[in-house]
Amino acid sequence: MKLAFHLAYKNLMGAGLRTWLNAGVLSFAFIVIIFYNGLIDGWNEQAKIDAIHWEYGHGHLLNENYDPYDPFSIQDGYGELSESNQNNLTPILIRQGNIYPKGRMISINIKGIDPKQETLYLPTHLLNESSAAIPIIIGERMSESAKVNRGDELLLRWRDKNGTYDAATVTVAGVFETNVPFVDGGQIWMSIDKVREMTLLENKTTYFVANEQYKQTEIAGWEFENQEYLMREQTKLINAKKIGGSILYVVLMMLGLLAIFDTQVLSIFRRQKEIGTYIALGMTRWQVVRMFTVEGAMYSVFATIIGAIYGIPILWYLSVKGIGFGMSGSEFGIIMAERMYPIYGIGLIVGTIVLVILSATIVSFLPARKIARMNPVEALKGKVQ
Amino acid sequence: MSEKIIITENLVKRYPEGDGEFTALSNINLTFEKGEFAGVVGPSGSGKTTLLNIIGSLDTPTEGSATVMGQKIADLSHKQAAQLRNLHIGFIFQVYNLLPVYTVFENVEFALILQNRSASERKKKVMQALEWVGLENMANKRPSKLSGGEGQRVAIARAMVKEPELVLADEPTANLDATNAHAIIQTMKNLNKELNTTFLFSTHDEKVMQYLNRLVHLEDGEVAEDEFIKQAENKTV
Repeated sequence: MKLAFHLAYKNLMGAGLRTWLNAGVLSFAFIVIIFYNGLIDGWNEQAKIDAIHWEYGHGHLLNENYDPYDPFSIQDGYGELSESNQNNLTPILIRQGNIYPKGRMISINIKGIDPKQETLYLPTHLLNESSAAIPIIIGERMSESAKVNRGDELLLRWRDKNGTYDAATVTVAGVFETNVPFVDGGQIWMSIDKVREMTLLENKTTYFVANEQYKQTEIAGWEFENQEYLMREQTKLINAKKIGGSILYVVLMMLGLLAIFDTQVLSIFRRQKEIGTYIALGMTRWQVVRMFTVEGAMYSVFATIIGAIYGIPILWYLSVKGIGFGMSGSEFGIIMAERMYPIYGIGLIVGTIVLVILSATIVSFLPARKIARMNPVEALKGKVQ
Repeated sequence: MSEKIIITENLVKRYPEGDGEFTALSNINLTFEKGEFAGVVGPSGSGKTTLLNIIGSLDTPTEGSATVMGQKIADLSHKQAAQLRNLHIGFIFQVYNLLPVYTVFENVEFALILQNRSASERKKKVMQALEWVGLENMANKRPSKLSGGEGQRVAIARAMVKEPELVLADEPTANLDATNAHAIIQTMKNLNKELNTTFLFSTHDEKVMQYLNRLVHLEDGEVAEDEFIKQAENKTV
């Protein structure tokens, strides 16, 4: 095997520019695979962190009648939890209502939250700091879509627990910026005490957000959902993105591997006399096959080295500075920051190197197998077709 | 009694040609002894190279047998044939067949690498072989920088470096001018004397023939004459 490596190295070095062109094409595929996967992994990690900070905390304790994916369950999806069970939990009560900014009607969810909570990044302290009668905070997207800003007043209409309509003027005490669309669009945040008072739902809660000290226990009428469960839709989306992205790098890999395959086919045809000479000098046919296979596989080793030379600075720069997309994914209902920071794990890098080397070895072996059936006499004459 | 290094018995080689077959060798019965400096001579297409290829275990007989160093060529597996060539047979080709990406040293060393010799032994033997052919100062040159005569000397060094019992030289002077051809043959003749290596040439070059001590004339794949020549031993450049 050492001989095969030695000879393959010599032959590749002797081939000059052709070797570096093939290795260059393959190294590009190699870098794109690492970059794309790093970007997706970075997005995934960032989305998880954002979702935990802004929405999920360390899990949700949901009223058994409330289904976050069924808006009709909001009406009756609430309950009361004893004070002793509320340690390390932030209560949230959701009701439906309408706001009328500048005479337009927009259906929204009214979300009541404890203004003193520190589990989520929502700037709920603004609700306490405001001198308005009924202060609310909204997200940036909500602000844009409703065309309301900090300090604006608008009419809010809702129904209490008996179905009676009521209305009041609320004041925007703050507009917050977040990458998590699920706490932003189509909703306003206000003090839970105020929401309970307005809807006559005293001590009622739709769901609780757990902080990291929360110890999960079985509570009748309530169901705990952990971070993984809550993140499942985002995880599915990211996995789908990964699969979609794999098409891109399969195409790039194919280009690189095709170049190696083509070089190998041409090389075996062109170097027949050399192959015949190797056999005449005492190499077995399979030793020659192995040598040509190693030669092809070594393109991927060179590609790794070339890729490392120009790829490490580029990938490192992107991971530190991030990549700006000029828009947030929350506009499309997904958790995606305007600037994403790729993450390149050891597993990703080693996995990609192994994948590229294995693929290059296979595509090199396929044409090299022909040598095993080659007649050395014909090869020496250069007459193998 | 001398050691019989090559024995062919009723050797026949046929190749498929169109719907039929072409007989390249027919009923060849020859014996070569260790230390011979012999040639298979004849016009193009007479079967010289085919005979050398079979003796060199690169090809197999269609009928009859060829026994080299006590091993029947037809019975050898690919691996055994490779082993025979690796350990016991050196090849010299008409167009030298040097490996272009290697230096002169590496080309000669290659035969020893295949035998898993140590680096120090390889270095010593390669330099010795280059000395035999007078190229010790060209060890680091690439084949593309060599003249035809130098290239063929490297090929001789590569064939001789492992000190094989048998060297098969297929038209070794066909691409050389008269001066180089004489020098090359003389070099091989010297090695034949010094190391008692058996040389078997395929040639139709008169310059080569005058050095040989045995000429096997082939015509249309058959042995027309098997001629032993004593005075060839005294030939010098």
